[in-house]
Amino acid sequence: MNFRRIRRLAMAFLTLAGTLAAPLATADEAQRGRDGQVSILYWQAPSILNPYLSGGTKDLEAASLVLEPLARFDETGTLVPWLAESVPSVENGGVSGARDTITWVLREGLEWSDGTPVTSADVVFTWTYCIAEGGGCALREKFDGIAAIDTPDARTIVIRFDAPRPNPHVAFVGAQSPILQEAQFKDCLGPRAPTCTGANFNPIGTGPFVVTDFRPNDVVQFAANPHYREPGKPAFSEVVIKGGGDATAAARAVLETGEFDYAWNLQIDPHVLANMAAAGRGQVVSAFGTLVERVVLNQTNPDAAHGARRSTLGHPHPFLSDPAVRQALSLAIDRALLVEIGYGPAGRITCNLIPAPDIYVSQANDGCAMQDLDRARALLDGAGWTDSDGDGVRDQDGVPLSLVFQTSTNAVRQDFQALIKQWWSQIGVATELRNIDASVFFGGDPGSPDTFQKFYADAQMFAGAFDGTDPESYLSSWRCDRIPTPENQWQGSNIARYCQPAYDALVEDMREAGDIERRAELARAMNDMLVQDHVILPLVNRGRVSAHANDLGGVVLNPWDSELWNIADWHRKTAE
Amino acid sequence: MLSYALRRLLFAVPALLFIALVLFALLELAPGDPMAQLPLTIPPEVRADMRAALGIGESAHIRFGKWLWQLFAVEPMALADRALGTDMAADSQRMISWQTRGPVMDTIIQRLPQTLWVVGMAYVVGVLIALPVGVISACRQHSVFDQAGTFVTMVGYSVPPFFSGVLAIVIFSVQLGWLPSIYDTTHQVTDWHSFTVQLRQMVLPVMVLSLQTTAQLSRYTRAAMLDSLHQDYVRTARAKGLSETAVVLGHGLRNSLIPVVTVIALGLPQVFGGAIITEQIFKVNGLGQLLITAIQAGDLPMVQTITFLLAVMVVLANIAADLTYGLLDPRIRQEGRP
Amino acid sequence: MTLLSPPRPGHTVWRRFRRHRGAVAGAAVLGFLVLAVLLGPWLWSLDPTYIDVRARSAGPSPAHPLGTDQLGRDMLARLLAGGRVSIAVGLAAMAVSLGLGTLIGVLAGFFRRLDSLLMRLTDLFLALPVIPLVLVAVMLFREPLNHSFGPQAGIFVLVVLAIGLTSWMPTARVVRGAVLELKEREFILAARGIGTPDAAIITRHVLPNVASPILVSAALGTANAILTESALSFLGLGFPPDFPTWGRLLSDATVYLQDYPGRALWPGGLICLTVLGVNYLGDGLRDAFDIRGDAR
Repeated sequence: MNFRRIRRLAMAFLTLAGTLAAPLATADEAQRGRDGQVSILYWQAPSILNPYLSGGTKDLEAASLVLEPLARFDETGTLVPWLAESVPSVENGGVSGARDTITWVLREGLEWSDGTPVTSADVVFTWTYCIAEGGGCALREKFDGIAAIDTPDARTIVIRFDAPRPNPHVAFVGAQSPILQEAQFKDCLGPRAPTCTGANFNPIGTGPFVVTDFRPNDVVQFAANPHYREPGKPAFSEVVIKGGGDATAAARAVLETGEFDYAWNLQIDPHVLANMAAAGRGQVVSAFGTLVERVVLNQTNPDAAHGARRSTLGHPHPFLSDPAVRQALSLAIDRALLVEIGYGPAGRITCNLIPAPDIYVSQANDGCAMQDLDRARALLDGAGWTDSDGDGVRDQDGVPLSLVFQTSTNAVRQDFQALIKQWWSQIGVATELRNIDASVFFGGDPGSPDTFQKFYADAQMFAGAFDGTDPESYLSSWRCDRIPTPENQWQGSNIARYCQPAYDALVEDMREAGDIERRAELARAMNDMLVQDHVILPLVNRGRVSAHANDLGGVVLNPWDSELWNIADWHRKTAE
Repeated sequence: MLSYALRRLLFAVPALLFIALVLFALLELAPGDPMAQLPLTIPPEVRADMRAALGIGESAHIRFGKWLWQLFAVEPMALADRALGTDMAADSQRMISWQTRGPVMDTIIQRLPQTLWVVGMAYVVGVLIALPVGVISACRQHSVFDQAGTFVTMVGYSVPPFFSGVLAIVIFSVQLGWLPSIYDTTHQVTDWHSFTVQLRQMVLPVMVLSLQTTAQLSRYTRAAMLDSLHQDYVRTARAKGLSETAVVLGHGLRNSLIPVVTVIALGLPQVFGGAIITEQIFKVNGLGQLLITAIQAGDLPMVQTITFLLAVMVVLANIAADLTYGLLDPRIRQEGRP
Repeated sequence: MTLLSPPRPGHTVWRRFRRHRGAVAGAAVLGFLVLAVLLGPWLWSLDPTYIDVRARSAGPSPAHPLGTDQLGRDMLARLLAGGRVSIAVGLAAMAVSLGLGTLIGVLAGFFRRLDSLLMRLTDLFLALPVIPLVLVAVMLFREPLNHSFGPQAGIFVLVVLAIGLTSWMPTARVVRGAVLELKEREFILAARGIGTPDAAIITRHVLPNVASPILVSAALGTANAILTESALSFLGLGFPPDFPTWGRLLSDATVYLQDYPGRALWPGGLICLTVLGVNYLGDGLRDAFDIRGDAR
């Protein structure tokens, strides 16, 4: 019932907007909702439209049609103002010289989709909502270090940090911290957050679309927002985000049958994707962010003989603590082939943990792109690892180079495992492969022996990335005190168990550095340390890969924010 | 007969409670984490808070009690509210899914239409094809029809749906472009045109699913039919000079229907269980898809509730089958139980 | 006492089985497949896990008669290795479900006191949904089984037990029905009359006479187990992606259906052949054991 009313309202508004805007542009271009429906396929369906209670990409992106932040990243990773008038900086006075306050000013005349004005109180409320005790806010980290938020007037928001912040553009920036409406969520604080089903399924926002029907894990329907701030946008009157199936079927629906206009996250065999694209109905687009598939080598001994202390600092690894072995393992990998087989247009070779933004990318490690089995063998020979007993596996002092290599269960990762196992066997290293169900591997259950944090194996493979464009907190995850141990219930981010005082010192330097050049220099230095020590072997910089129909215009794939960030600009191309 | 029925129903209550306990305990023991699908950028402390907010930290027996209360008291009240417009359940905490933070039952009810349309229709189609095929095969045992029918149904049965489904999509959606490969769950049937759209989008999933049902049921019908055609009373009927049609329909079919109807009744709960693989391939998003996504996401309240409701269906179908058996066959009524 | 037993049907059964052309063909196909996968490693010595990167996605050639997969692994070798696992899973799971089903069926049919309880148990198992149960079993027991049997044997045992423990119910019902009918026959009554212990009656008189329903459900159980294994592989709950079985190979190959149909047709065809063979064999057995059927 509700959504029919909204639709009627929308239609009425459309007629109105159409008449008003007519003198400004040609009738064809100006009218909101002129292009009918656009259908989008997310093979993992959204389950909730409140990003603060989910944290999952699919939910964040579906919600981004409705909920918007103060500023967001564009496709180059540059901050652009969204609900705010401009991006505050030290230069324009929006950020204090000491970098401990930041002042945002909302655009004038902003309205929620129900017609009420957006005020600074809504922004403060969003912060209160996420930090409320017992609410289980998934994105609480975005609001770390905020001491208070002041609202001198209805459009101004002053955020005070408890310490200087070199990078103050975190809260209310990007698809991960959009603004909620206070009126809708005020009774949903803390423990009551999950009970507000109506609000969580149908949030009121400022975005180009409003939710008309939400069926969790199945389909979301949107209609154009009659109160959207830009006249003549969005071009589509309805959006359908359908879920279900798998990536291959999604690609087929856009590229081969043409049933859908846009398909998200098509991580399938690049060869198959290319053949589908050859049908000529649509095109594949990709963009690269910071996601890096890597092999991590355990610096501690995972031998079960150490009982509860296995994979902890007290017991160094019997052979992976030898830098020559680690380097040889890296040299044996043909990254170009991995990209070609596993990711195609959705991957590129990387020798760095920080593959983007450009300013942070180190040029010092590019040599890793070439596989060099002979050099790997020579390194091992030089370090005294020889096949003394003739079983095809090198050894030294009775320790054979034989390792357990684990990852999550996933077709591409198992292909990678098989390839890497074969390369390592060619340099005389024996590998036993294991794969673990992703829900257990990434589950973080301290009771399970198979989590990637416990790392009861010698090597493991997974992908990691950082949010936004600033790598500081990401790089600090390899500090000594971030090593997962039984004492912290194995909750730590330093999976490799890398412990170097010099590295920790760099982390401290970066925390204090405010100048962007200096920060970039420090980030590159830390990246080089990790990579040149061969503790973490970066393999592939994984991008986003999606497909859209040929007649869908305005798609700009954005690796730094929601893929649907500019859906207000999407339109139907007319036949040429 | 009535007391027998009552006894069966009464016995079902402890059985269901026992099933509820077993399901709860089994799923409780399974490792897995509802937070596992979140991006790695979300730090462990935040994950811990999210778990606490879902009540995962509470001890199992408290959650079991809560779950039972919600299942048997709150949810029926909420259902009544929905139907009658009352608000008995307004203040009670309903069963909340960990994935969607929404009431589990609402999502389940949302999934019923497409499940019944597709899986139910496939069952009906399967039965309608299987019965005549089975009967004719039995009457003309060893004939070409029998041989061909057996062969075709067996091939249909031996092709896994994840293969036949993709094959059907490639042929009918990609190459020929006749039928949609994606099922639109929001489609509303209002007039003739929208009805044909609905039919078109149902063709492929129903075809793939009914292949399985037909194969099993026609084999069963054929066997049951053969069994009764070899009985003495059928020979007597033939000897009396009754026409073959009268013999087959009047004596053979009527008697073999008893076990066949039972099998059909026992298969009905599977319709509500959905068809996990076929639903996934055609994006029907019925109960089967709901179950598998809940399993993958570690959404215990959802998994526990769906599996329990399925168990209830099976128990009820069993009782119904036994009772019809008793009604159709007086010999069994005497003994109390087949 | 032996006089009271019906004549041993062995000879007639074999005669009638031979007359059933479908059954003979099914048995022949099955025999050939089993022999092929058993002798495969000697006839075709390529390692199914060996990666020949240069020969990725190659068509049939003398070096790879059935071509290679996306990593350049030999399809023939993978099919042979996969068949060994698939058939072994089918047979082992069948044995588990048959053993359990027969035990429960005989106990329920023979001992009136146990009947109600055991049949309720059967209903209960029928009521438990298979897929979540299997998933839970996989998650719960994968690690301990991996430790005691090694990673590949561990998952094998797990899949076999998971399928076996969730598929014994129909056998139990059929066997119980047969036993109930048999119990009232003269030779059993006579055996009981002369004081033969229950255990002896069951092993000597009951089991041989319910052999036919057991054999038939054994045949069907094998086919079912092979199909269930393939469904599990597709859902990602069965063998891991790097472990070839026919179901795994088929579900991996559906992605390449348009580009390399052969890759899907081979494992698909072999599953189909096996299931067909097993079913025809089961048919032949049923007809061969069916006394009344012969009289027509």
